[in-house]
Amino acid sequence: MREVNAWTQLKHNRNWLGFWFMLPAMAFLIFFLAYPLGLGIWLSFTDTRIGRVGQFIGTENYEWLWDDAIFWLSVTNTLLYTFVASAFKFGIGLYLALLLNEHMPFKAMLRAMVLIPFIVPTVLSALAFWWIFDSQFSIISWSLKHLGLISQNINFLGDTTWARICVIFANVWRGVPFVAITLLAGLQTVSPSLYEAATLDGASRWQMFRHITYPLLTPIIAVVMTFSVLFTFTDFQLIWAMTRGGPVNATHLMATLSYQRAIIAGQLGEGAAISSAMIPFLLAAIMVSWFGLQRRKWQQGESND
Amino acid sequence: MTDLPASKVDLKAVISTPARADHSEGMSYLQSVPRRIVTLYLPLAIIVFILLFPFYWMALTSVKPDDQLLDLERYNPFWTWNPTFKHFHKLLFESYYPHWLWNTMYVAVCATVLSIFASVLAAYAIVRLRYKGANLVGGLIFLAYLVPPSILFIPLATVVFQYGLFDSPLALILTYPTILIPFSTWLLMGYFKTIPFELEECALIDGASRWQILIKIVLPLAIPGLISAFIFCFTLCWNEFIYALTFLQSTSNKTVPVAIVNEFVDGDIYRWGSLMAGALAGSLPLVILYAFFVEHYVSAMTGAVKE
Repeated sequence: MREVNAWTQLKHNRNWLGFWFMLPAMAFLIFFLAYPLGLGIWLSFTDTRIGRVGQFIGTENYEWLWDDAIFWLSVTNTLLYTFVASAFKFGIGLYLALLLNEHMPFKAMLRAMVLIPFIVPTVLSALAFWWIFDSQFSIISWSLKHLGLISQNINFLGDTTWARICVIFANVWRGVPFVAITLLAGLQTVSPSLYEAATLDGASRWQMFRHITYPLLTPIIAVVMTFSVLFTFTDFQLIWAMTRGGPVNATHLMATLSYQRAIIAGQLGEGAAISSAMIPFLLAAIMVSWFGLQRRKWQQGESND
Repeated sequence: MTDLPASKVDLKAVISTPARADHSEGMSYLQSVPRRIVTLYLPLAIIVFILLFPFYWMALTSVKPDDQLLDLERYNPFWTWNPTFKHFHKLLFESYYPHWLWNTMYVAVCATVLSIFASVLAAYAIVRLRYKGANLVGGLIFLAYLVPPSILFIPLATVVFQYGLFDSPLALILTYPTILIPFSTWLLMGYFKTIPFELEECALIDGASRWQILIKIVLPLAIPGLISAFIFCFTLCWNEFIYALTFLQSTSNKTVPVAIVNEFVDGDIYRWGSLMAGALAGSLPLVILYAFFVEHYVSAMTGAVKE
């Protein structure tokens, strides 16, 4: 009986206590996340510049962007970058996870090494790629020349197509470890007895993957890929360190374009309009994540706690 | 107590799998050795090579003498026989590099400590106090995790300017928690859920306050979670770029990633050595930290996704 009493007493002030406990986190998130999010949308309807308070100008920024070819190029670039990079990250990441799940010597060390690209700050590894993709002293050009495959240096970051391929490659390089290690964690929850049963039934390796591994992995794939898509879509640092949007805007993403317009050119309102234009895309990705999570709970028979 | 870390066991097993008790590797004998070489070792070797090559290249470039860097005909570019520490010397004694490292460290530690403090309280309240609307707040925090810095930096720049924080480390210390709190709250909620409720009930009956319960019972049991959250937040801070690029201006105040991109990248054709030395020196602290806490990294990464 005492237990119940202690509980009922605590219930009185539980909401207040909860309020005090939430206060620091909420203060941060409201002042530096929710408020700026709203402010950003407001700024996109004004003509604010650096050092000048803006006037409300309605949707003029958006109308201006609507006719801006560079803006549309950045949208296309962002979509291309996101879809191609995410597809490769998923494919290679899943493949790597399956490989790492096998039994082999030095397994723990291999797994630890695979994650290093994810640990190192993006900008610093992007600089290494910048050097690897240098127009004159690229080690890749050198190797290909000595193998007799090409006769001229490849102008990796100076040619529009090559520049896109290079930034996508660098992004995939950095994203694969994250996808692989999280999917590996998912793979290890799959009971080995399922594979044993399938082997006894004469299933091929592909059939085992298709009918056991993949279905059991779907929920975690949904979540991981949503994160991956989200972070690729809003990427800034990799592009900024490698190409700054060049050559001729071929690698400008929406984030880099908004930085260039808002901070470098000083047009805060226009920059805010570009970053606000990213929100609908993000919402779409979040919806996918939401349904992915719901499905996961449903599959595991968890109650909605 | 024995079932306490049950849900985390599989996460740790990701990295360190000593002889596994279940017979999961029992079927590998069905494959012949040549077949395993082609289907397993070869692709794995290629992928690992590509993943690690940039670091080798970074390290090699940072110790190569200048003339060998740019002369690809007389010297084999893949190795050097006379390494030099000239670039590191330049980095440490002729630039602000030590300053930048210190700034990065200072900002990362402060922001991380602030965020962990706020997240521990928030996570405990959401999971255990279960005040009215706790689930809703939990969901909102998850959504906050999905708001990327690249749509916030413009309005945040105006906020930072208004508060007079522009070009001060405080601007970063106060804004980084917006990235870190959602992540670590979500991670810690997962850990707190695994702590048996009975322990807290006992303490309540003995007259402990909620604060005492948190400090004396919950936190000691959640230490692995705290370490995971701490090092992962630290890594995120170190990696953060766009806020630092936007909010800081003077050379001596910058953090390592921003400083390297802005201050080292000039027209000098011989810049590569010191640039790569700077990149290497900026990555090493994290790699060393990672080497010590591999398991915690993995559980942080997978934990936030799985919850």
